[in-house]
Amino acid sequence: MIQADLTVILPEIVLAVYAMLALLAAVYTSKDRLGPTLVWTTGALMVLLAVWIATGPGGTHAAFGGMIVDDGFARFAKVAILLSAAAVLVMSQEYMSRRGLLRFEYPLLVALAAVGMMVMVSASDLMVLYMGLELQSLALYVVAALRRDSVKSTEAGLKYFVLGALSSGLLLYGASLVYGYSGTTLFSGIIQTAQHGEVSVGLLFGLVFLISGLAFKVSAVPFHMWTPDVYEGSPTPVTAFFATAPKMAAMGLFARVLFDAFGHAVPDWSQVIALLSLLSMFLGAVAAIGQRDIKRLMAYSSIAHMGYALMGLAAGTAFGVQAMLIYMAIYVTMNLGTFAFILMMEKDGKPITDISALNMYAKREPGKALAMLILMFSLAGVPPMLGFFGKFYVLRAAYEGGLAWLAIAGVVASVIGAFYYLRVVFYMYFGDEGEEMDTHSSPVLWVFLTGSAAVMLLGIVNMFGIEGAAAVAAATLVN
Amino acid sequence: METIILLAPLVGAILAGFGWKVMGETAAMWLTTGLLFLSCVLSWVVFVTFDGVTQHIEILKYIESGSLSTAWSIRLDRLTAIMLIVVTTVSAFVHLYSFGYMAHDDNFRDGESYKPRFFAYLSFFTFAMLSLVTADNLVQMFFGWEGVGVASYLLIGFYYRKPSANAAAMKAFIVNRVGDFGFALGIFALFFLGDSINFDDLFAYMPTLAETKLTFLWGEWTATEVIAVLLFIGAMGKSAQLILHTWLPDAMEGPTPVSALIHAATMVTAGVFLVCRMSPLMEFAPSATIFITVLGATTAFFAATVGLVQTDIKRVIAYSTCSQLGYMFVAAGVGMYSAAMFHLLTHAFFKALLFLGAGSVIHAMHHEQDMMNYGGLRKKIPFTYWSMMIGTLAITGVGIPLTQIGFAGFLSKDAIIESAWAGGSSYGFWLLVIAAAMTSFYSWRLIFLTFFGEARGDKHAHDHAHESPTVMLIPLGVLSVGAVFAGMLWYGNFFGHADQVGKFYGIPVEQAGAHEEAAAEGTAHGEAAATHGEATATHGEEAGMVAEGTHHYTFAGEPGQGALYFGADNTILDDAHAAPKWVKVSPFIAMILGLLVAVWFYILNPSLPGRLAENQRPLYLFLKNKWYFDEIYDALLVKPVLALGRLLWKRGDGSAIDGFLNGVALGVIPFFTRLAGRAQSGFIFTYAFWMVLGIAALVTWMSIGGGAH
Repeated sequence: MIQADLTVILPEIVLAVYAMLALLAAVYTSKDRLGPTLVWTTGALMVLLAVWIATGPGGTHAAFGGMIVDDGFARFAKVAILLSAAAVLVMSQEYMSRRGLLRFEYPLLVALAAVGMMVMVSASDLMVLYMGLELQSLALYVVAALRRDSVKSTEAGLKYFVLGALSSGLLLYGASLVYGYSGTTLFSGIIQTAQHGEVSVGLLFGLVFLISGLAFKVSAVPFHMWTPDVYEGSPTPVTAFFATAPKMAAMGLFARVLFDAFGHAVPDWSQVIALLSLLSMFLGAVAAIGQRDIKRLMAYSSIAHMGYALMGLAAGTAFGVQAMLIYMAIYVTMNLGTFAFILMMEKDGKPITDISALNMYAKREPGKALAMLILMFSLAGVPPMLGFFGKFYVLRAAYEGGLAWLAIAGVVASVIGAFYYLRVVFYMYFGDEGEEMDTHSSPVLWVFLTGSAAVMLLGIVNMFGIEGAAAVAAATLVN
Repeated sequence: METIILLAPLVGAILAGFGWKVMGETAAMWLTTGLLFLSCVLSWVVFVTFDGVTQHIEILKYIESGSLSTAWSIRLDRLTAIMLIVVTTVSAFVHLYSFGYMAHDDNFRDGESYKPRFFAYLSFFTFAMLSLVTADNLVQMFFGWEGVGVASYLLIGFYYRKPSANAAAMKAFIVNRVGDFGFALGIFALFFLGDSINFDDLFAYMPTLAETKLTFLWGEWTATEVIAVLLFIGAMGKSAQLILHTWLPDAMEGPTPVSALIHAATMVTAGVFLVCRMSPLMEFAPSATIFITVLGATTAFFAATVGLVQTDIKRVIAYSTCSQLGYMFVAAGVGMYSAAMFHLLTHAFFKALLFLGAGSVIHAMHHEQDMMNYGGLRKKIPFTYWSMMIGTLAITGVGIPLTQIGFAGFLSKDAIIESAWAGGSSYGFWLLVIAAAMTSFYSWRLIFLTFFGEARGDKHAHDHAHESPTVMLIPLGVLSVGAVFAGMLWYGNFFGHADQVGKFYGIPVEQAGAHEEAAAEGTAHGEAAATHGEATATHGEEAGMVAEGTHHYTFAGEPGQGALYFGADNTILDDAHAAPKWVKVSPFIAMILGLLVAVWFYILNPSLPGRLAENQRPLYLFLKNKWYFDEIYDALLVKPVLALGRLLWKRGDGSAIDGFLNGVALGVIPFFTRLAGRAQSGFIFTYAFWMVLGIAALVTWMSIGGGAH
């Protein structure tokens, strides 16, 4: 029995055991000098695990009395999480080494966070959910403050920790309310409570608190305030990590809770999600306009993008979940490319984040500028880039789910948001002659930048088949 | 072979248009011309060897969507074969001619390369025109139709530094759009009712369609009538018939070879071709064809009157073209499609000849186009003079009355006038005869003003007037041959006895009387045949009085058999042959009258026209200003539309939409941006406060408005 249970969570176990063993090994051997090696081995292991999960047998397997479930949805999310985490690790190696930031804990913390995320998307019980969430969060708090000698970095870590603790409190309070009114922590039990008659007020309150806690993780308005500060303060590779894998995991968890545990109360949570989505899209679009720092800009950008992803969830349909998954996959890809570019931005060997540094960049580095242009257009949702199709999916899901007003608002917000993406392009191509950035080239970053841009262009052919995979994943969640 | 004919010009256009920098200017010009001559030779082979049986040559599958199934395929029948030789022959010689005519051009700067572009456009036009005439279905035809429109636009505006050329190009395009709208509606209606756009399916469907009612605009009509009128509106635009004719004279802004190829010989005849191609439809639309006849005759008359007073040599020929197209429509309108095609063929030769001759004159006179500045050029440019003389003899219709000996125009024009008389359209008949007199007058006027009398205008230009180079004279010579012999050569095929014509077009014929007997039995052919039988019988009585015993053969095909379709009651061909002698002689007399007046006005008494214009000032101005069509359109259509456009642009788009957006973008959003920036204070307690506020709001909302009730 226990063996069957363990088989279900074998990838998680492998990654966790690897992280702990590597930690011990590094502590007792050459410590930080082992950093680069660990980055590459961790990245390779993650990719291997992703391949393993992706090619493994299908079907839905429950473990530990239904507390953990391994289904199509979980697998889709896990593959996305592992791949993006591996990508960020590989991207950050060179940057962190040169600045003496590459402590051996960094890749291992990322690995542990990934384990937490994998548990999150597989969670089928409030306890497991919380466990996965905290495992992820604790690792993230630490990596945010990785640069201990920098005030900004430590401030970012501290802010994230305090507010994260608050959100955890909200989440736990919600979980306890749900448990109190349904008598179980299993999602399958909660959904049965809601099935008979109407949903009780207590359960709804619990739901709202749960949503609030999760909204903090995906940085949806009004639980987003930490995002710009943490993005700005953390070392750029960590920011890139924040913007990708944890977002995917949190959205996956969000969908899992809403559909697995509250699948019979769709109209109740749909309106709340729709409101969060609306606020996020508009705040993300409007507030980013005032930003000059590209990392803060990307923070608001991610807030806005989470708004669109939530729009898919708000639709409350299988197509909505499919749209959300597609959107997230595209979003993560775009962000990897964009952060690869940001990692390359430096002057006199120091990282630089002010967007005015991009003035006339196209003249000096036409290739990279073109890739960045494609990414910015894609982020803004300009056809025919892939980003447009992501938006198109969620808008269609919202419209078909009866949320036409939300879809229209989404279009308006994307028009506003286009401003700051296009401004970056404007600076690169038409800006004034200004101070020049270093022409710094790292093959790894270059590969990610151009690869991501190429995906944005080529993906319009068939989206690399992600559409079908997302549909299968969504079908296992919503039925 | 047909595929090569169709695609060779396209290959030339693409290679010359995009590759001339690689292969060089001269190579590009020779390439396009060479491919065109290849097309031309093959076309003649096809024309001569064609046996009258319709062929379909599929090139590729084109559209498969629902019940719409269309291939890109060539429909080869007699109509196509005729058009193939017309298009490729004229086009090939225009290509050749352009070597000389376009050699130097003041409209372009030194060292600027414009020749490959010109040749590429010419070849592209030829391809589009060929795809129009080889079309096996309406969509393909529409493709060609629009393709020639684009080519025409590009070539009229070829001198893009001349504002007048650009304006003319736009005018041609926009006026054609009106016609194309009708054409497109016609195609939609045919597909809507017939569920196919392939000619074969549609032709077979025509008898049923004639019984179908179609609700259109304010009333219910017989489907065939509506569709015939809609298609004819398309033809009116392309063939510059009255109401939609205003673009053609302006189109003379293009280089002269273009005027010869597009605006005389080929593109403008596309409308006539369309009506002939749709003859199975026209035969079932008696009212629509009356409309075509009346409009054609009116255009022939109108354009001839305007041609009387124009002084720009190209405009005279342009109005002449407009007028001759009217002739063709009269023939098609009364049901004598074969005569229309006959005139189309001969007209292509002598009108292209006239235009190229005019081009040669213009070339000799250093791009002077006003005939008032010509005069006495006979000695200076003798070859051009003689070829234009042949063209004029052809267009005015010189020949020996009551025989089949004469210049091309003599045979084809008389065929039309006889058909108009036989078709019972006395309006058409008389207008055409009068127009023939005027045609003769203005054509001779052109010759006299240009080649006879004293040299007028710039003395320097006259002194330096020179004969054009050989490459320009060869086309003149070849077309002259066509203008002389085309009529005599093919009279029998186009306008001979029914069995000859039937064999030419691949239409089954049968002995007169046999059809009526068969129809009288009624059972064999079902109801439709019975209806025809009745109609034939009634007609037989009428025709019997006029031409007893001349019906040797009658056309007996079903719609879609052969290239043309003549309804069972269509006996125009025989009736025209049986026309009284005075009818047959009348165009000749009209021509002589026109010639005599022209001689009187411009040779014997050259001061007379000036005095006449003084005395009859209002009439003169009326004609000179082309019946004020442009002015009326300007006041009725152009100005109001411009005003509306300006209103929507300045007020609607500028003030309302841009104003609103700018207000939001510059005022409202930055306000919120500042607000959001201020909220982001950097203090943890503010952030926590917002989170708590958020959750409080959500819980409140949930308990009041959510699922709590």
